[in-house]
Amino acid sequence: MNEEVRLMKGNEAIAHAAIRYGCDGYFGYPITPQSEVLETLEAEMPWETTGMVVLQAESEVASINMVYGGAATGKAVMTSSSSPGISLMQEGISYLAASELPALIVNVQRGGPGLGTIHPGQSDYFQSTKGGGHGDYHLIVLAPSSVQEMADFVALGFDLAFKYRTPSLILSDGVIGQMMEKVVLPPFRPRRTEEEIRQQCPWALTGKKGRGRNVVTSLELDSAIMEKNNERFQRTYREIEKNEVRYETHHTDDAEYFIVAFGSMARICLKAVEEARAEGIRVGLIRPITLWPFPYDEILRITEGSKGILVAELNAGQMIEDVRLAVHDQVPTAHFGRMGGIVPNPLEVLEALKTNFVK
Amino acid sequence: MELDKIIDPANRVYSRPRLLDERTMHYCPGCSHGVVHKIIAEVIDELGLEEQTIGVAPVGCGVFAYNYIDVDWVEAAHGRAPALATAIKRLMPEKAVFTYQGDGDLSAIGTSEAIHAANRGENIAIIFINNAIYGMTGGQMAPTTLEGQKTATTPYGRRVDLNGYPLAISDLFAKLDGTCYVTRQAVHTQASVRKAKAAIKLAFQNSKANKGCSVIEIVGTCSSGWKMTPEKANKWMEENMFVKYPLGDLKKEC
Repeated sequence: MNEEVRLMKGNEAIAHAAIRYGCDGYFGYPITPQSEVLETLEAEMPWETTGMVVLQAESEVASINMVYGGAATGKAVMTSSSSPGISLMQEGISYLAASELPALIVNVQRGGPGLGTIHPGQSDYFQSTKGGGHGDYHLIVLAPSSVQEMADFVALGFDLAFKYRTPSLILSDGVIGQMMEKVVLPPFRPRRTEEEIRQQCPWALTGKKGRGRNVVTSLELDSAIMEKNNERFQRTYREIEKNEVRYETHHTDDAEYFIVAFGSMARICLKAVEEARAEGIRVGLIRPITLWPFPYDEILRITEGSKGILVAELNAGQMIEDVRLAVHDQVPTAHFGRMGGIVPNPLEVLEALKTNFVK
Repeated sequence: MELDKIIDPANRVYSRPRLLDERTMHYCPGCSHGVVHKIIAEVIDELGLEEQTIGVAPVGCGVFAYNYIDVDWVEAAHGRAPALATAIKRLMPEKAVFTYQGDGDLSAIGTSEAIHAANRGENIAIIFINNAIYGMTGGQMAPTTLEGQKTATTPYGRRVDLNGYPLAISDLFAKLDGTCYVTRQAVHTQASVRKAKAAIKLAFQNSKANKGCSVIEIVGTCSSGWKMTPEKANKWMEENMFVKYPLGDLKKEC
């Protein structure tokens, strides 16, 4: 089937995009505000059409370990959850990274900490970009700011995960997950056959046929070997940093000031930029799309010599640490954040820009 | 000198199972794990499932099972093997999929995953080694540790008022609609090894034929953890473990 234009929620777009990508398995557990992913998949019954497995697990701990098992077979498998559930998954995510397995994880963030709120937040930035679980690892972190990107990043997330043999994370939030927009769904792709998996993923557990046994493990008691393993992981991460930085700019050519924001907050900030420009304030917006790898060099280059950078987030100030690193604190930075599930309006962002920089 | 030159193959009555790796096992003398590994290797070979079996290893003494049995393996996080096996089997329904788990892995940290996988009727074989102790970490109390049994964390013996009661978790599995076969076996005598092998073989056949979840509990010894000679451990197991964990089929609907 061809691509299709539909009106739907971000969470629903994730589900449809997964089926159309040729995803082999989804394992999830209900949690607000992302339950529509599992609900949509159960309603679509893809096991009847593409053969995709959909399973409601008994917990997020089980979900991520189902993903771990499924990923070990070379299949394209995924899960989704929201902040508290993603915290529960951190051990499994660390195992996935350490076992060099491709997988897709979706976090439709809500405000924390603790049980927090069911309303949107971006306070899992540190958890997503700095490791989250134990050990030295990174996830490829994609931050969608539209329903369209929710759909598009399923394929991108899987493709990058398989290219580098490392898990990808779509770091969304309750705004993008719940809002309805027009979305162009991609054409259906067939799921890979077992033979294709054998060829493309020689490491996968497909049954010991015509080769020695494959073992997927993160355990190595010989420290000399374990350090070599870590060095291999790090080489992969350097390669990803070199190749996969993604970002978007708006009105940056003549900008004196900048706003840096991701996800839903970037949409609000784009409106703030337009309001500012209507008042004659020359502001530009930089939207990191990959939060890891982070566009350090690009932000440095674009903002060099400018009068100030406002970092706007739905948290107490997390990405601002990476922005400060990017500009080596040579450009003044300030943070605007709302917490607890509060979503600000563009005028609040504009006000923060003025208060901090435009005296 | 080659083995075949010493013993005429026609006269050989016993040999290392073809799918059992030749490397030295890390298990202690007298441990039951090695015997169970051997049985599994024989069963996979006899059923012709070498190319169609995926094993899921635990955390605990069995963590290196993947080094010893020559099939594809994944090493799970502590207690999560049934979750991994669930996905593997659902994604590849034609394979035989089994987990290999100890009492800490299955009946403490992994109770939830094991119960729910069994209750969903996942078509997997769960091989559960119950030696009433945490061997790998140095002999601490397990949920299956007997009342009065001394361990590193119950140095004066397990007290039910402090530590609760020994958990006969296979009794729970037998009550779940998703299980087709639940049995408790041992490997301390030739006769018990033969029975355990028949049970494990049936469990692998059930997985391959998608008949539901099979749980094979092997009541075993841990000489090091129990601080006994292998001979004394076998005797102590018969006199104490078999009282709380009696051998035999708990459910057989296959």
